[in-house]
Amino acid sequence: MISDQLFFTGINVLLAWSVYIGLVTGSLSFAQGAFMAFGCYGAGVLTVKFGWPLLPACLVSAILSAMIAAVLGYPALRLRGVYLILVTIGITFCARVALENIDYVGGVGGFGGMRGADLNAVIVAVLIVGAFLLWFSFSPLQRICDAVREDDRVASSLAINVTFIRLLGFSAGAAIAAIAGALYGHYMNFVRPESFDVLLSIYVVLYVVLGGTNNMLGPLIGATLMTLLPEYFRVLAEWRPTVFGLAILAMLLFRPLGLLAFRLVTAHASVSAPRKSGSL
Amino acid sequence: MKQPILEVRKLQKSFGGLRALDGINLDIHEGEVVGLIGPNGAGKTALLNTVTGFYRATGGTILFQNQDITHRPMHEIGRLGIGRTFQNIRLFRRMTVLENALVAFRPFADHPLRSLIAYRERRMAIARAMHWLELLQLADKVDRIASSLSYGDARRLEIARALVGEPSLLLLDEPAAGMNENETRRLVDDIAIVRRHVRAIVLIEHDMDLIRSLSDRLVAMDYGRKIVEGASAEVLNHPEVLKAYLGTDTEETVS
Ligand SMILES: Nc1ncnc2c1ncn2[C@@H]1O[C@H](COP(=O)(O)OP(=O)(O)OP(=O)(O)O)[C@@H](O)[C@H]1O
Ligand SMILES: [Mg+2]
Repeated sequence: MISDQLFFTGINVLLAWSVYIGLVTGSLSFAQGAFMAFGCYGAGVLTVKFGWPLLPACLVSAILSAMIAAVLGYPALRLRGVYLILVTIGITFCARVALENIDYVGGVGGFGGMRGADLNAVIVAVLIVGAFLLWFSFSPLQRICDAVREDDRVASSLAINVTFIRLLGFSAGAAIAAIAGALYGHYMNFVRPESFDVLLSIYVVLYVVLGGTNNMLGPLIGATLMTLLPEYFRVLAEWRPTVFGLAILAMLLFRPLGLLAFRLVTAHASVSAPRKSGSL
Repeated sequence: MKQPILEVRKLQKSFGGLRALDGINLDIHEGEVVGLIGPNGAGKTALLNTVTGFYRATGGTILFQNQDITHRPMHEIGRLGIGRTFQNIRLFRRMTVLENALVAFRPFADHPLRSLIAYRERRMAIARAMHWLELLQLADKVDRIASSLSYGDARRLEIARALVGEPSLLLLDEPAAGMNENETRRLVDDIAIVRRHVRAIVLIEHDMDLIRSLSDRLVAMDYGRKIVEGASAEVLNHPEVLKAYLGTDTEETVS
């Protein structure tokens, strides 16, 4: 069904952006599956067990997810590169195992009864998150994140609190993933812990790598293509992992910065007041 | 004499068995430009790195404007007002010249979240950045990508970037390294102007002409210790200093 496809595209775009916002500050996270699960179960408990409407449940679970990310990120983000990747994969594993053992939300059997999300909800979420990212892209904060990513030591010599910036990126990503999770759960009506597998975290990172990490449109294109293409070419669907792998390899060989590689410049001198010469 | 703005006391930094800083003492006073010299491996860069928190001191204390900054994190030391450049130029290579300078704008660096909504300060930021870029003669290159700059321009951009952070103490690590004679002469003029805008400068250099023409006072280091301190002519002709330079295979770099 076309609306199903569009819905999942929207979810994947949100997830890709949630990885992107972490990458902007230089942290690659494979924990999005965990934060998505948290958003889904968290909002689900609020709507199903406490009768909340979807919107506040979604927002509250996003905020809680960001707070959990800040707590987990404080020790984890001291690690870089491969070590950080391993820790974030670990977070996704732990989340799944934890959910399988909490009977309150159904354990391995799964959790049901969530409803109320439709295609419109995800479109609104994509528009809001997209607008936020666009606003962020042209702000001084984007530049500060770029600085932290390019050379964290120089950034700290320029009075930038690198730890704070990294936590900010990680937490913002967790909040976006939680929103995606909440919408997903309330669309599917029923989820199991295994819905939020490590593989999902990996796929999401691949969308971003494919689309490009230099601007917010890269993840959008990557996630859209990789969600819709397999739907229209059944062969692709069967060979999904293989095609994915090959696409990534081709990318790394021919377009290492992704499909959309251009970088947005955050300031132009033309904005400045008329030039004056000499010193003040 | 007034209280020094920087007081380094018995500072130590070891890497395993190697003592890069071996109990060094150093005072920097208001208004001074202090030249820091010494053969390769003497510990000059190690001193800068320890003062700015890049290296964790293994002993001793550092007081900046009467505050103990010995174990403070780097960004806090930056916020207190110590700015620096790097021996191996470290620009944000993918950013433009203007963006590089803007990163250091303190209201944004100090309150990154507020920068999302601080529209009025954005124009101030650009004005501040342009001011220093003009002072260091980079005004016509503001939209260039930093990695495309010539060596001399890159070094001057690093100085401009540090100045946008409005430091009271500026630490320059071999600002003339790799510059040709023309560029070095321009740099001498630039630093002479810059000194009017900061409270003190520490200048590491191997170019003795530059050191002589800019420093009020010289400190010579070897093996992580201060060996001689005083007026330029005095220090440069001091037997200990000559011995330190001859003792290693350093050639006095005059590029
Ligand atoms: N990160 C480090 N790890 C191990 N040893 C180091 C480190 N940094 C500096 N050293 C050592 O400390 C000593 C002092 O080095 P430093 O870079 O301070 O010398 P310098 O005086 O700046 O010399 P140059 O004029 O060549 O720049 C050297 O023996 C160097 O090898
Ligand atoms: Mg050095």
